[in-house]
Amino acid sequence: MIRLLPVIIGALLLVSLFNNVIPRSFYVGLFKRNLLFDSVIGSIVGSISAGSPMTSYVLGGEFLKNGVALSAVTAFLVAWVTVGIVQLPVEMMILGRRFAIFRNLTAFMLAVVLGILTMLILHFI
Amino acid sequence: MKKIRGEWIFLTAVLGICCAVLIIDRGLFLRSMGFFLGIFVQIIPVFVLVFVLMVLSHTFIDRQVIADYFKKPGIKKWLFVIIAGIVSTGPIYVWYPLLAELRDKGVQYGYLAAFLYNRAIKIPLLPLAIFYFGLKYIVVLTLLMIIFSILQGVMINRLVPAEDPCNYQDPRS
Repeated sequence: MIRLLPVIIGALLLVSLFNNVIPRSFYVGLFKRNLLFDSVIGSIVGSISAGSPMTSYVLGGEFLKNGVALSAVTAFLVAWVTVGIVQLPVEMMILGRRFAIFRNLTAFMLAVVLGILTMLILHFI
Repeated sequence: MKKIRGEWIFLTAVLGICCAVLIIDRGLFLRSMGFFLGIFVQIIPVFVLVFVLMVLSHTFIDRQVIADYFKKPGIKKWLFVIIAGIVSTGPIYVWYPLLAELRDKGVQYGYLAAFLYNRAIKIPLLPLAIFYFGLKYIVVLTLLMIIFSILQGVMINRLVPAEDPCNYQDPRS
């Protein structure tokens, strides 16, 4: 966890800078289109990101405060930890190419579905 | 010469950006630092709690015990896979060799996928997650993720049959 501290501090500094440079309307404009689109974008961003889930919570929380849709943030959080583009070569080498590709593909799709489903469930409870 | 770790290079690069912003736009820099300090002070107590929970899980969870339980039959195996994934700690690639070993001993790919999926649920990080997203959201998300881990396991068992010899490439060959 101590090793994560520079990453967390760096991520928070970047978020603080972006928060003041990029207007809230930008995030709202980028994501708030429809449930499926938001979730797909969130899942893509989460899939290509790497690092501790702690960092994803910090970033996701700040995204949410900036007006990004909950479905996108959920897909982002889930894809961050379930899809591993960065570690895909290692996963393919140790666990097999077919397994690694199908696992990451299904995890990506499930992150999109989870983003939509979580938002719908929270809307009704 | 001592090798500099990636996380420190990242922080140095970000600090470099901050210095550039200070030179270009002092007002923006001060607003950003104010925002940063505000978030940082808020999440310090949560980080302390997360640290304590991580130390506890590292101390009490044994990798070999997890490997043994993977061999339990039927529904017990699913249950075990879910719990093992949730309580497992450390980077994901640390677990790959153990999973490869289990695969070689006949454990189906779906169980390995479900284990990896449940690693996304981090009990030590729950305080931080609740701080940002609220208890209701985290409960719903966690329950859905457990259900989806089984769904992914079933899908992977169909897509990647255990007996397919193409699935395994020995890294030593």
